[in-house]
Amino acid sequence: MGKNFKSLLVAAFSLGMMFFYNSSKAQDSVHHATEEHGKAEGGHATEGKFDVTKTILEHIKDDHSWHLWGHTSLPLPVILYSDKGFEVFSSSNLVDAHHEPAAYQGNYLYKTVEGKMKVVNADGSIDEAATKKVWDFSITKNVASLLFTVALLLIIFLSVANAYKRHGVKSAPKGFQSFMEPLILFVRDDIAKPNIGHKYAKYMPFLLTVFFLIWINNILGLVPFFPGGANVSGNIAFTMTLAVFTFILVNINGNKDYWKHIFWMPGMPVAMKIFLAPIELLGVFTKPISLMIRLFANITAGHILVLSLICLIFIFKSVFAATIAVPFAIFISLIELLVAFLQAFIFTMLAAMYIGMAIEEHHHHDDHEPHYHEPDVA
Amino acid sequence: MFLEVNPLVLPDIGLVVWSTIAFLILLIVLGKFAWKPIMKGIHEREAGIADAIASAEKVKAEMAQLQNENEALLAKAREERAQLLKEARETKDKIVNEAKEQAKAEANKIILEAQAAINHQKLAAITEVKNQVGNLVIEVSEKVLRRELSNKSEQEAYINNLANEIKLN
Repeated sequence: MGKNFKSLLVAAFSLGMMFFYNSSKAQDSVHHATEEHGKAEGGHATEGKFDVTKTILEHIKDDHSWHLWGHTSLPLPVILYSDKGFEVFSSSNLVDAHHEPAAYQGNYLYKTVEGKMKVVNADGSIDEAATKKVWDFSITKNVASLLFTVALLLIIFLSVANAYKRHGVKSAPKGFQSFMEPLILFVRDDIAKPNIGHKYAKYMPFLLTVFFLIWINNILGLVPFFPGGANVSGNIAFTMTLAVFTFILVNINGNKDYWKHIFWMPGMPVAMKIFLAPIELLGVFTKPISLMIRLFANITAGHILVLSLICLIFIFKSVFAATIAVPFAIFISLIELLVAFLQAFIFTMLAAMYIGMAIEEHHHHDDHEPHYHEPDVA
Repeated sequence: MFLEVNPLVLPDIGLVVWSTIAFLILLIVLGKFAWKPIMKGIHEREAGIADAIASAEKVKAEMAQLQNENEALLAKAREERAQLLKEARETKDKIVNEAKEQAKAEANKIILEAQAAINHQKLAAITEVKNQVGNLVIEVSEKVLRRELSNKSEQEAYINNLANEIKLN
């Protein structure tokens, strides 16, 4: 607990530093603008302008470099595919000496606009037609963070698996093994078994991978400094990928009953069957989409909440605002730690539930009502 | 289009591709080298514990049964011992009584025999005495008859002498 508190303080502080840097930069540019008008009062009025939305979105979104501290960023490889083939270059080429986006001449003239790779013309205007031809497979901040998570998970669980081989199965778990085993048992006994039934073992690798991948990503997202701070599980591309995997797994394992319940609901009048079929078919797609949006929205909302509270300090421009904002931000961060686990749990549990519904064997078809319980979770 | 309004809900193809690769790597590598041995290990341990508990229960039941059997055996043995003792006592009494009676009968028999023998001896002795007395009387009478003629005093001395010689055994 003490360690968390300390890291959160550091988090708040470093966030503060970043905002201070941004806002001072913003002020500089504003100053230039106002000086041209030569009106002191106008300058005073715009001096306090601090674009909260832009600042927060910058921290929520993906980026081509990984901001470490102050003026230091970790450059990441940019990988682009266009009609002229693949090209790889460092993201440090995309910023100038003042850390502002700069144009880089590759196969096209590239420039990042709000973090997205765009093809620009010589005069700086965006060439939308050329941009559409360029596919961006860069190792962005989120990808780097994701790869770091993958390495972390591999190290953790291969060593845990090794511990089972080394100590044998008869002895009690030791060290990290004893920390991970209850979580693995939790996934098995509270998620897989009740929702899937006796065929649970086949789906355990998927559920365990999803659970730990989401959980570790959520936690790393809460750590405000390198190698955390990326918003992987709050990125819709990541949640979409997991949802698509769930969708594929559910539908390739769906048995005859599952499809029958979708297209020709048993125990219903024919008119009702025809009426229900499109709704049920829609349900096949809304289930993974709900998974995707739930995780994305919950994690992103948490990040926005913490960042907003910290931004209060810069909106009020008063150190006293910090006395309220920082404890609140710490409180929300602690809740986010809980949410990190909860969302990993909910995603995994719903995936297990959808799998369970798809492979469920119905024995009594005659007096049967469709038991179709969409769980009531946020 | 709505998706272009907010860049947050517009998935980047790059991250989709990398997420897919990352997830597949995790699923395959962890599935083969982590989840499989871990689940197997946990399952084996649980099976081992269940086995141990089951066998402990079994042993406990066996012990209880054994104890019951032992107690029953002990009770039976005690009963048998009592029975044996009782029988032994009875046998002893019987033997002693029999022996006593036999001894009594034997003693009576011996006494009777002894009495018969005594009577027989007595009769024999009396007969002998009678015979000897008869012989002596005849002898004395003979000698008396022979000496009567010579001397009366001598005769009497002789008679006395004879009489002295007669010694009843």
